[in-house]
Amino acid sequence: MDYIFHLTTLSSIFAILAIGLNLVMGYTGLLSVAHAAFYGIGAYASAILMRSQGMNFFVAMGLGVLLSMGVALLIGLVLSRFDGDYYALASLGFNVIVFGIMLNWEELTRGPLGIPGIGKPKLGDHTIFSNMEYFFFTLFFLIIIYLLARLITRSSFGRTLKGIREDETALQVFGYKTVYFKLAVFVIAAGMAAVAGSLYGSYITYIDPKTFIVMESIMIISMIILGGLANNRGAVIGATFFVLLPELLRFAGFPPDIAAHMRQIVYGVLLILLMMYRPQGLFGEYKL
Amino acid sequence: MQKNLLETQHVSVQYGGVNALDDVSVVIGEGEIVALMGPNGAGKSTVIKSMFGLAPIASGEVLLHGEPYVPIPHNIVHKSVSYVPQGRRVFTHLSVEENLEIGGYIVKDKSLVKDRIAAAYDLFPDLKAKRDKYSGTLSGGQQQMLAIARGLMTDPKVLLLDEPSLGLAPKIVKEVFELVSKINEERHTAILIVEHNLQSLLPIAHRAYVLDHGKVIIEGDAQKVASGDILERIFMGTYKPTH
Repeated sequence: MDYIFHLTTLSSIFAILAIGLNLVMGYTGLLSVAHAAFYGIGAYASAILMRSQGMNFFVAMGLGVLLSMGVALLIGLVLSRFDGDYYALASLGFNVIVFGIMLNWEELTRGPLGIPGIGKPKLGDHTIFSNMEYFFFTLFFLIIIYLLARLITRSSFGRTLKGIREDETALQVFGYKTVYFKLAVFVIAAGMAAVAGSLYGSYITYIDPKTFIVMESIMIISMIILGGLANNRGAVIGATFFVLLPELLRFAGFPPDIAAHMRQIVYGVLLILLMMYRPQGLFGEYKL
Repeated sequence: MQKNLLETQHVSVQYGGVNALDDVSVVIGEGEIVALMGPNGAGKSTVIKSMFGLAPIASGEVLLHGEPYVPIPHNIVHKSVSYVPQGRRVFTHLSVEENLEIGGYIVKDKSLVKDRIAAAYDLFPDLKAKRDKYSGTLSGGQQQMLAIARGLMTDPKVLLLDEPSLGLAPKIVKEVFELVSKINEERHTAILIVEHNLQSLLPIAHRAYVLDHGKVIIEGDAQKVASGDILERIFMGTYKPTH
């Protein structure tokens, strides 16, 4: 049962990431390859604050979210001027830079050694320690993020995001300053990614730069493509599927040394099939 | 005396060194329907785009109420000018009503937005029946009506229509032009229409401009422009400019 709670906790963390990216990519139509960078900023910020300053998890998470949103604001000012392929390339570049900083700023991040011994959250005197407790703790955040995303996507703000996705110029002629909307959704998504990062670091109790590489961003993109772009429920299902699939492959009888490679192949084949036969994903309203 | 609401004065537009417009002056006066005609590639749509800041003006200027104005796409709607682009460009994953609400974005009084949506449904009853449907599910004619209704949400003094008959059946084209005429008569909205369907446009237009290769070839009273054989020669490609 502990194993099940472990998987559902990871699924919840990735679902938070997928919901955030879905706001940017699914609803607004901006192909961001930078999501893992904000995930990493949240994780590193809260881990460093908890370890070096002895901060409470919630305060550290809050500051991590603020830092991530602040960085997103600065980067977003540049990214919002691009669209299409240029947006994707510029965001990818940002993810590479953040990875480089995590890897090379050793005084702060311990570089490739990573940060071990990250503390667990405390509710009063009680430390959230068991997998079951941590699952419910993560689930609580997932529900909050899900409801927030639902609120956003059903509001006039969400309608504007869809308008940007469909025809940004047509929207501008009605008086919309679309740059601000693109910037706002990017910052919100970065905040959500930082929440996931803080939860991940505290759950696994160890982070290193390799967790936040560009491939991680691509995996989150794959999750929302599978679940369906512009659908919050699809993002959750896509994330769950991607976390559970490797576990199912464990039981497929592959030798352990080739199992990891087989998983990558299965992911790749799945994505190709999806693009060919259901490009809008399982529940999506929009296709790339 | 009729006031000029929006005009281009000696505007030239270049795309990669190629002249799309060459010294083009087009005037839209208060309450009139102005036709902008010409064969494919004549520069008709570029005239509208230059007024909206969507085309790079190399020389000349845009005047609004007689004053020089630097057009920026998200600004000109605040000056009571609305644009209905070519190909409708409705937001297909939004409902009819959401499209109309987007059209009324700059109207801060929400009750006024509701009133204008109700007025749009009076003018286009087909849209009312489909108010909650995705606009992508509408027919081409209904999408064109939605595009026009969306453009009217700010109650503009000037409406710029780019090829409203494009891809529509003749019966629907007739309906669309009847509605354009009705909007002009009832609301006194000045309308500039870019169009290649002369048969439908000229009977409702007050004045007309004919463009060819980025230059204005003829301008004047729409009926007079329609009466000569010059239009036929331009569209057949046999017209030879004298200058």
